Amino acid sequence: MTQRSKSLLIRNGHLIDPASKVDAEMDILLRDGKVSEVAQKGKIRGTADEKFDARGLVVAPGFIDMHVHLREPGQSHKETIATGTQAAAAGGFTSVCAMPNTSPVNDSAEISAWMRAPERGAVVNVFPIAAATIGSLGEKLTDFRALQRAGAIALTDDGKPILDDAIMREVLRQASQLGMPVIQHAEDTRLTSGATMNAGPTAFRLGLRGMPEEAEALIVERDIKLAAQTKAHLHVAHISTAGALKAVRKAKREHLRVSCEITPHHFTLIDEDVAADTSLAMYDSRFKMNPPLRSAADREAMLAALSDGAIDAIATDHAPHAAEEKNAEFDRAPFGITGLETALGLAISRLHRDKRVPLTRIVELLSANPARLLNLRGRGSLAVGSHADVTIFDPGKRWTYDADLSLSKSKNSPFGGWTLHGRVMATIVGGNVVHRL
Amino acid sequence: MAKRRNLLDLEHLSTDEITGLLRLARRMQSGRPRPLLRNQRIALLFYESSTRTRVSFEFAAKALGATTSIITTAASSIEKGESLLDTGYTLRALGADLIVMRHPSSGAPHVLARHLDIPVVNAGDGLHEHPSQGLLDAFTILRHRKTLKGLRVAIVGDIFHSRVARSAVQVFSKFGAQVTLCGPPELCPEMANTLAKGVTVSRHLEPAIRGVDVVMMLRIQKERLAGLNLDLPAYVANYQLTAERLRLAKRDAIVMHPGPIVRGLEITGDVADGQQSVITEQVHNGVAMRMAILSWCLGAAK
Repeated sequence: MTQRSKSLLIRNGHLIDPASKVDAEMDILLRDGKVSEVAQKGKIRGTADEKFDARGLVVAPGFIDMHVHLREPGQSHKETIATGTQAAAAGGFTSVCAMPNTSPVNDSAEISAWMRAPERGAVVNVFPIAAATIGSLGEKLTDFRALQRAGAIALTDDGKPILDDAIMREVLRQASQLGMPVIQHAEDTRLTSGATMNAGPTAFRLGLRGMPEEAEALIVERDIKLAAQTKAHLHVAHISTAGALKAVRKAKREHLRVSCEITPHHFTLIDEDVAADTSLAMYDSRFKMNPPLRSAADREAMLAALSDGAIDAIATDHAPHAAEEKNAEFDRAPFGITGLETALGLAISRLHRDKRVPLTRIVELLSANPARLLNLRGRGSLAVGSHADVTIFDPGKRWTYDADLSLSKSKNSPFGGWTLHGRVMATIVGGNVVHRL
Repeated sequence: MAKRRNLLDLEHLSTDEITGLLRLARRMQSGRPRPLLRNQRIALLFYESSTRTRVSFEFAAKALGATTSIITTAASSIEKGESLLDTGYTLRALGADLIVMRHPSSGAPHVLARHLDIPVVNAGDGLHEHPSQGLLDAFTILRHRKTLKGLRVAIVGDIFHSRVARSAVQVFSKFGAQVTLCGPPELCPEMANTLAKGVTVSRHLEPAIRGVDVVMMLRIQKERLAGLNLDLPAYVANYQLTAERLRLAKRDAIVMHPGPIVRGLEITGDVADGQQSVITEQVHNGVAMRMAILSWCLGAAK
């Protein structure tokens, strides 16, 4: 599906490039993997081998998903780097950041380099996020410098939060010296043992043990204090509670280097969705992820923060699992859902159409901001000289998501059968079209 | 063929459906053999131990002429790591027409029913519901009262871990009873009042049972108390149903307990065996109620 060409002219489209403050009808010429010219409609001087007519479409910097689980090495029955990046391309993502909870854990330069090797067959850019501690056991720090040289762009023990204060402070201190962000899955696991959904009336009625919302806020508050001491960049993964958000807002007012991301499912669904409205639809593990779907009030707080800028990025936390793993008792099924292919549709449907969040803001949450947070130079913008990573989408197009046809190896999405607005029409990585509808 | 149905929980049953089931149970009480389920195979899949529920479903199935087979965790492929769905598919392939299942995971019967084309009857799922118990509780009350509407019911004890309470609350609330849930905060959190309409929470036994029509006592489920440091002597002092406390309820109030009873803990022996106790009657009514459930689920009820 990859079509190679030295130069590609995208014309008649509506260019949204928040990093360059562009929101206008513009043509754009890609040449040799870079953006070579941006000009008023019909004013590009150079010639092109190929042309793409983007009439009625939005042309945006390639989307960057700062939180995906590609499952390689070690769990290729769930996903491979090849299949995961195909799903990414279908969802408009030209870069994905792969979490280290692979098997073995990506805690070494060798594994980081292995993930980036051409043999993996990635169709979009893959940036490893390496483990902060060896084996993500929270005891001994990994070699941050070696990991950075091997291409790791950030550090995290995602899924296994670093609870020990001294270890977390040392992680932040060393990462700060190298200019690497530290990403924390904020969950005080001492408060969530055996829990499978958000604590609250729904969990109580369903007889499921609940994760209290303060389990997230407590870790975020502690991490912010440590980040302030160490002048590190703390990034809060998949924020889900009003309490944690309050702590992030306060840190931002104090000009600390604190940022956060949200998943599409946390701004779309709530804990009551686990209960559904018929017996047969209850306890569906496609609604089980960590952090869990939260209360309606939490979702309202998230939607407000997406509008006013307190939340920096949209990331999917794409977490593929095989059908036989997910089709189990709710409390025994693994946490996580896929998300690469539905992110834009949910953002446009729920944020732009329902909440009037401008398209420029959505593009910023999906491209410019993740690039800035992760120091991905030359990405997240379509300024001349940038990498030729482009996402072209139709913001008005209605479509129905069929999870069974997902390009991901796994189909564990709660959004199968949902009709969404906004569809990716083409994904271009380094000047090459890697997905086209 | 008549409609086949699951019985997964009481929350989603309509009052008409429940009334129909209770009426059917009354007809099943005559004791006459009713071969409504002849040539039907009923699998009793028990992932947790049980005496009364299992035997009661088995006797009910046999009274209706069905063939039964009991599958328990220890003596089956479940021990070898077979998944819930694979066990379900296997029973289906063996010719099971209906599966009665008890399982320690809340919602396990819902997951099984979603993937199978034969009815699933929930015989207790984790902390969630125990619908056949909720129905037989309603049935038993209706042997002593004309209607559930307006009745005052106190359910006392470990509400948090009780699937019996969750089913009872659903059925009582649907028919307009006033339910008070009573227990210490760790066993009966404030949010228990969100379970259904007309439910209140009380911390003190005396006001909770004053003037009620029904007192339902629950067992302290020691096996599910992981992490809770419950002070048992204090619990007994505050929440045990004694003859003296029972005098606060209506004079003709009935005392219920889903069993198994721990005499001297949640209830004294003299109350459990006393005039107002309908505990044995509950067990007895369980067979007729489950005959009604099985024939309703298999579309054989006339």
